[in-house]
Amino acid sequence: MREMLFIIIGAVLINNIILAQFLGVCPFLGVSKKLSSAIGMGVAVTFVLTLASLITWLVQICILNRLHIEYLQTIAFILVIASLVQFVEMVMRKKTPDLYQSLGVYLPLITTNCAVLGVAIINIQKSYTFMQTFANSLGNALGFTLALVLFAGIRERLEEADVPQSLKGMPIALITAALMSIAFLGFSGLL
Amino acid sequence: MGLGKEFSKGILRENPLFRLTLGMCPSLAITTSVNNALGMGVAFTSVLLASNMAISALRKIIPESIRIPCYIVIIAAFVTVTEMLMQAYMPELFESLGIFIPLIVVNCIILGRAEAFASKNTVLPSFLDGLGMGIGYTLALVIVSTFREVLGAGTFLGYPLFADSVPSALIMILPPGGFITLGCVLAFLNLMQNRKMAKRNRVTQLRMKQQAAQQISSN
Repeated sequence: MREMLFIIIGAVLINNIILAQFLGVCPFLGVSKKLSSAIGMGVAVTFVLTLASLITWLVQICILNRLHIEYLQTIAFILVIASLVQFVEMVMRKKTPDLYQSLGVYLPLITTNCAVLGVAIINIQKSYTFMQTFANSLGNALGFTLALVLFAGIRERLEEADVPQSLKGMPIALITAALMSIAFLGFSGLL
Repeated sequence: MGLGKEFSKGILRENPLFRLTLGMCPSLAITTSVNNALGMGVAFTSVLLASNMAISALRKIIPESIRIPCYIVIIAAFVTVTEMLMQAYMPELFESLGIFIPLIVVNCIILGRAEAFASKNTVLPSFLDGLGMGIGYTLALVIVSTFREVLGAGTFLGYPLFADSVPSALIMILPPGGFITLGCVLAFLNLMQNRKMAKRNRVTQLRMKQQAAQQISSN
């Protein structure tokens, strides 16, 4: 239990998936203009990332390792993730139309979110057990949500700030992200 | 549009990283040294070339409704080939690029070119488009990594540039350095473009004034 807690804290604060490992930067910059959409994206990613990591772990252990076809990892994982996203979208539309209304638009974007595939591969590379995989992917997903929501809050304020003409838009967003990344470096002595 | 233009548009006018701001993740993560950036650029370009050509050759066979999964499988196959080749012939580079080699699969540029260009054009233009975009992306990676390596480690391609007494800004090769460098490069490009626009506006205004003056004098 203690070990799982360490993995989660490490993934959320110290090795933050966006600010330290640079996975999932595209949605981080793309979906952070409004706080409400950032929260929606965060919840959708948390759900899909955790589920996808557990399923890809099972695929790796039960199918790829058994048949000694580890070299097919990339293809197998991306297919699992793409079909999982499609499946979640269909289930959501049928069972919880309200939730689909608010999260539906973010789901197709998750397939090409490198955070999902990245965490799935890292779990295998570090040869985590099933429970460790669960802790690590949940921690990474929470870290993604935390960074995204904080960043969206800052960007909403930036909209009203007087920014030099050539820094408007992407450049100032990147420099803001750099400052956040420096702040997160401060957590590195935590564990 | 000529074939030369298909090639050259990816390098400057529609540079995938600087102009379209696609494929940000590797451009921030592996640009700590010029060596890594070149390796990533070559791996990326070869996958993009192969997938662009394969998709444009198969564009009439792939059914419209399931085209995205088909593209992803084609791209993933080429990424696996590149991954295995690099592991065999460039093990050091493979180690230092690590997880970002398999992550070429989800690089938005490759899927974007497949959807926007290769699925609508024949093989030769798709090849040139892929080559131009690949070189443009490599160039962008090299520019970002040059700043980070020179400022952060005081070296270029591994050769030391300064005397030992010159301290290097370690922050530039830490994660924040990636965001800072890319932000500054993008801001510089914006500045250049704004100046060009302002100049063009001034020239057109001047021309309109002259025309007006000529009309008045001829009247």
